Amino acid sequence: MSRFDADAIVVGAGPAGSCAALALARAGKNVILVERGPFAGSKNMYGGVVYPRILDELVPNWWETAPVQRWVVRRSTMILADDNAFTIDYRTPSWGRPPYNGATAYRPDFDHWLSRQAVAAGATLVTSTTVTGLLRDPAGRVNGVRTDRPDGDLSAPIVIACDGVNSFLAKEAGLYTATDAANFTVGVKETLALPRSVIEERFGVRDDHGVDIEILGGTSGVNGGGFIYTNLETVSLGVVLKLPKLTAQSKRPEEIIAGLKRHPAIAPLIEGATVQEYSAHVIPEAGLSMMPTMVTDGMLVAGDAAALCLAAGIWLEGVNFAMASGMYAGRAAAAAIDQGDVSAKGLAGYTKLLEESFVLADHRKLKDIPGLVLSDRVQQKYPGFVTSVIERVFRVDNPNPKPGLRRIVREERKRAGIKLGDLLRDGWKGMRGFG
Amino acid sequence: MDFKIARDDTWPEISFEERIGTAEFRIHERAHIVVDGDTCRGCSTRECVVACPANLFVPTSDGGILFNYENCFECGTCYLVCNKEGAISWNYPEGGYGVVFHRT
Ligand SMILES: Cc1cc2nc3c(=O)[nH]c(=O)nc-3n(C[C@H](O)[C@H](O)[C@H](O)COP(=O)(O)OP(=O)(O)OC[C@H]3O[C@@H](n4cnc5c(N)ncnc54)[C@H](O)[C@@H]3O)c2cc1C
Ligand code: SF4
Ligand code: SF4
Repeated sequence: MSRFDADAIVVGAGPAGSCAALALARAGKNVILVERGPFAGSKNMYGGVVYPRILDELVPNWWETAPVQRWVVRRSTMILADDNAFTIDYRTPSWGRPPYNGATAYRPDFDHWLSRQAVAAGATLVTSTTVTGLLRDPAGRVNGVRTDRPDGDLSAPIVIACDGVNSFLAKEAGLYTATDAANFTVGVKETLALPRSVIEERFGVRDDHGVDIEILGGTSGVNGGGFIYTNLETVSLGVVLKLPKLTAQSKRPEEIIAGLKRHPAIAPLIEGATVQEYSAHVIPEAGLSMMPTMVTDGMLVAGDAAALCLAAGIWLEGVNFAMASGMYAGRAAAAAIDQGDVSAKGLAGYTKLLEESFVLADHRKLKDIPGLVLSDRVQQKYPGFVTSVIERVFRVDNPNPKPGLRRIVREERKRAGIKLGDLLRDGWKGMRGFG
Repeated sequence: MDFKIARDDTWPEISFEERIGTAEFRIHERAHIVVDGDTCRGCSTRECVVACPANLFVPTSDGGILFNYENCFECGTCYLVCNKEGAISWNYPEGGYGVVFHRT
């Protein structure tokens, strides 16, 4: 052991890295957690909702100390067409009580808090340090990392790459090869300042309760989606855009946000708000089809670095998948150290833990959804079709009699240029994909 | 409550400078991203100009690209959308430098 600086080095103090370090420290291992930002979370941005139940295993009663903005008690999916909208809205006070469901939080707060849990368990956190490459032993096995600090090499029998979506470590190790732009979306957002009472009035919540809205349509014809999440004194509003479509359509991201903000269904929610912070980050969208090999000799990959973000189209879950995969990677690494085998074979327990948990089960279940939700038909044709059907169902057009649902659907489908076969196929795909 | 809304000016569209000014950047003297002007001169598609959320790729009148690394989100969009081999050499900034998020 003495020839190494630690039992394990974890690269990146995002949710994956901090949970990996926490699991290793709990198993009594000597772990160094390296983060390039000045503090954990300083490089990280997302839409805005964490689903932290997996933390029950690592930080009991996490809700008492986690830096939460609001507990989500209301979740909506909005379908936007030109100037109209159809919303599915669910709310329940029970999501506002322990053990909760989702919470809005700022990543610089949340990731920092999570990294402190790892430190409290005994991990060593090194910030302001960028890992620049892998170290290998003569046999080619990974056994440490190079950093940009003078004399900055750090050695350990195991390296866990939790370095996020661009993972240069997984690429250097030859594990991550799916770098086609079509596998990625870029998320851009505005953190919009509004007085607390105004947010609560407009979104119909009180106290520390909040709202989560995902939006289909409203992205100026660029395949993707939008989101609005309430924090205590800000609203996070942004869009997620498929890269090849964004460049093909020649629309700049901030213009697409401006278009969304002008939509009559959105504008009243954020009227008068000022931009407090503008930010951007890339998302691995393609799920199962882009996942790398998860282990090699002396190394494991977790979180976005392993494309484990569950991007079911516009409904993003990444933080929980990162926390869980980091935790499993940490546990598998600790077991491999105990067994004295840190080869790919010795680390294979990690893949098994992912298979047996929601991480790969959910990815398998929803594998067709990202492709379906981001497809041209769902993006360009269905929003207008759905809202115009709803409009005609709800409209009272006296003295004309009501047209009847079947006729409306047929007429609106034709008007939108959707073939019946395609509609049925997509419907079936959706039913199966979510089922 | 003294929160007032000017109905005729719902959200003054802010300039890009103001927008990017809301984010904090700790600028290191060494550029972490370098764009090769010669390769860009032969590029007609210019994906980076459209997609970079920080709007850091600016076409010049002589058909080149002017790039400034300072206000970069380190997101990776540019190297993902650019399909010209060798146009962008992309690294993270030195530890402790670059973008620092706060309310994201
Ligand atoms: C716009 C957008 C909206 C999203 N919305 C949601 C949402 O609402 N809910 C949700 O659950 N998920 C959401 N996600 C996904 C979620 O943000 C990610 O899945 C999650 O952050 C992945 O965690 P991670 O730890 O794997 O990676 P990251 O959070 O990216 O952390 C990686 C860490 O590694 C560090 N690092 C990288 N390279 C190095 C290096 N070479 N040396 C040292 N340190 C390094 C980084 O600084 C960073 O701290 C969203 C993502 C985006 C972009
Ligand atoms: S960076 Fe790439 S996309 Fe942009 S102009 Fe240069 S070659 Fe073209
Ligand atoms: S990394 Fe992102 S913000 Fe930086 S130059 Fe590239 S596209 Fe622009």
